[in-house]
Amino acid sequence: MADHEHRFMKYLRKERLPHIFCPGCGDGIVLNTLFNAIEMSSVDFDNISMVSGIGCSSRIPGYVKCDSLHTTHGRALAFATGLKTANPKQDVIVVTGDGDATSIGGNHLIHAARRNIDLTVICINNDIYGMTGGQISPTSPKGSYATTAPYGSTDKPFNISEVAKAAGATYVAKYTTAQPIQVSNAIKEGLENKGFSFIEVVAQCPTYYGRKNKIRSPVEMLNWLKDNTITIEQAKDMSDEELEGKIITGVYINKPRKEFVEAIEELSAQHSDVDPDTNINRAYRSE
Amino acid sequence: MADKELFVQGNEACALGALAAGCTFFAGYPITPSTEIAEVMSKKLPEIGGHFIQMEDEISAVGAIIGASWAGQKAVTATSGPGISLMQENIGYAVMTETPIVIINMQRGSPSTGQPTRSAQADMMQTKWGSHGDYEIIALAPSSVQECFDYTVKAFNLAEKYRCPVFVMADEIVGHMREKITIPEKVEIVPRQMPEKSENYLPYDATEYGTTPMPSFGQGFNIHVTGLTHDKRGYPSTDDEETHIDLVTRLCDKIIKNTNEITSLESQFLEDAETIVLSYGIPSRSALTAVKEARNQGLKVGYIKMGVVWPFAMDTLLALTKDAKRIIVPELNLGQVYLEVDRVLGKHAKVELLSKIGGALHTPQEILDKIMEE
Amino acid sequence: MRTDLRIAGFGGQGVLMCGIVIAKAASLFDNNYAVQTQSYGPEARGGASRTEVVISDEPIDYPKVDSPQIFVAMSHEALLKYIDDIKEEAILLIDPDLVYQDEIKDIIEDKKLQVYTSKATETAEDTLGKKIVANIVMLGSFVESTGLISVDAAKQSILDSVPPGTEELNMNAFEEGRKIVTRIN
Repeated sequence: MADHEHRFMKYLRKERLPHIFCPGCGDGIVLNTLFNAIEMSSVDFDNISMVSGIGCSSRIPGYVKCDSLHTTHGRALAFATGLKTANPKQDVIVVTGDGDATSIGGNHLIHAARRNIDLTVICINNDIYGMTGGQISPTSPKGSYATTAPYGSTDKPFNISEVAKAAGATYVAKYTTAQPIQVSNAIKEGLENKGFSFIEVVAQCPTYYGRKNKIRSPVEMLNWLKDNTITIEQAKDMSDEELEGKIITGVYINKPRKEFVEAIEELSAQHSDVDPDTNINRAYRSE
Repeated sequence: MADKELFVQGNEACALGALAAGCTFFAGYPITPSTEIAEVMSKKLPEIGGHFIQMEDEISAVGAIIGASWAGQKAVTATSGPGISLMQENIGYAVMTETPIVIINMQRGSPSTGQPTRSAQADMMQTKWGSHGDYEIIALAPSSVQECFDYTVKAFNLAEKYRCPVFVMADEIVGHMREKITIPEKVEIVPRQMPEKSENYLPYDATEYGTTPMPSFGQGFNIHVTGLTHDKRGYPSTDDEETHIDLVTRLCDKIIKNTNEITSLESQFLEDAETIVLSYGIPSRSALTAVKEARNQGLKVGYIKMGVVWPFAMDTLLALTKDAKRIIVPELNLGQVYLEVDRVLGKHAKVELLSKIGGALHTPQEILDKIMEE
Repeated sequence: MRTDLRIAGFGGQGVLMCGIVIAKAASLFDNNYAVQTQSYGPEARGGASRTEVVISDEPIDYPKVDSPQIFVAMSHEALLKYIDDIKEEAILLIDPDLVYQDEIKDIIEDKKLQVYTSKATETAEDTLGKKIVANIVMLGSFVESTGLISVDAAKQSILDSVPPGTEELNMNAFEEGRKIVTRIN
């Protein structure tokens, strides 16, 4: 019934539905906020390309009606770096997860942030490996359970947003799926920031994280996210012990600096009179 | 502009070949003995409005050139042993997604860190089998600085025509040695084919050479590119057996069924040859010296050099060697391409390995001694 | 006809550059064929460094030098390290200030070597005021003693290879090298 179609359906590859996400998964909320953010922003949907790695969240670009590159585990930012540099006219969005971005892909994350390449990264952090069936991740809270942490995790988790900020990202924000308005605004800001933007969305995985940690329903999980959410302001006065297990939300940094591709193209302009734009789609030329 | 003569290193010739082929993008990571390629590209690419990125590792280097290829640029990376090992997963991704890229491997002593400044041909089988899964690959083996230039151009052309990664399997000796090369005024290059924009366009169909013209991101095709088993639209279809069979078979067939188109051989003194020295890459030069000397001594010895090693030129080699009794394969490894030669030609001739490792090239005398063994 | 030559010294003397200039002269400016190879690795910094060149009037198949017909040695260490496989009656060109000739007497006699000396380093330092051009002085001596490449080709190749602004210095170095070379046996 076209009349009642969801307003964002036009952005989806309808022929690929239904999607693979579990009922109650946070990925749907993020997809919603992404479309909302694109509509709020100055970015044209038709100019968007998406890149992802491997994991549940990395399946998102496959459902979006745009050019999409679903790459190898952890490497989305490497592919996106080539894609964006070779054609900087595209708005490139990278969708990744906690395992993809910080475990196997941690090195690419810090280098993409260091370069300040103009990518908008949405990292859906559900604190667990969903696609492979519930293993521990670098962001899993200390003491949380997973199929590979049957006695509870003993590791200190990453705060990925702090990592991205320290590595040189120029826009970093972190919210939960219980804060869709803030998430939309953050993605919009990220899309409009000319530089490396990193939006971490802490999301519920009722199927694995919830089941392993006895927070069984999606609603319970969202309440759990809310209960543990604090702001950057609140976190300032809290001790390390008090901060354990807390989700520190807000804008971590919003401080523009020279963008990577712009910098290399300026360099190019000093050494040649060839407009780098002429090389977009250059492979199709016979001379 | 006339043909241009230069006196350069093999590494530099590879870089110049890439540029002549229309390459505008390089991503890589420093590693001996291939680093000079990155150095030349970092200087030359900004001069033509191209892009050079020194990536954080070799994994990301291949990722970046695949990304750049999908943005419509011809892209290359260069590395050696350890770097090639790191690249393998993404090379498989390029195979699966039919992304044209060129990878230059300046082979060095191995395994592991091995001998960074010495030569080897010990990655030949890794190139064929290194990424997981069934696939076929194209690999060229230059034996001179001129061939470093020519074969790099050819590698780009094959990559575009067959939409696949193509390897230039050179080695430390040819990469570092200097010779005169001629850069022709006009270099024949194969441009990427623009698909027609229509409702019926399928990015993973088999319309030409077992593949189909590919669009770039940003041209409005809204294509999906995935390393998962995908249907002709590019959409994941991981449980459907037929889809997987069709896809993987086609990816192999587009190379194997075009073997005669892809491969090239050079041969001399075959007419009455009872013994043939079959080589590729840098040992070919020792082989030719040895074969000429053997002929001087009145021995019935022939010479074949494979310019393209993978796919293996099975039919042509069978025809060329049908009257030979012995085939000697000199390689800078403990026997790799030899295995394939023996598999294919071993039924009608005695195939003998002349192995050499440690970093030095076979001397012509060593090959001559082998010829004289019988 | 094929001629194999080796140039060796210690890292930093410009041995490699000398080999490249010779090979480039032969192939680009004398229209012969030439291949230049070199040893890489840690010894390229400070220790014994070497480069080898094959020059021929027909295409060169085997690119390596196993038994040089010409050996230019600019340090004693390199001389001892790389002299063993030298061909009978080969030309040996040395900088006498950097090589103890006594220690190689036997091999000179055994192999009937034709020995030339060129005080390249002293000339570079004292006459030309730049130690760094010792390699080009040696190149002049090489051309004079071997005749393997033409004087014109050598000059063109030097001009094609040296940094801008140093052309005159290098030309003078080359000419000095041609003058000072002496056959000693």
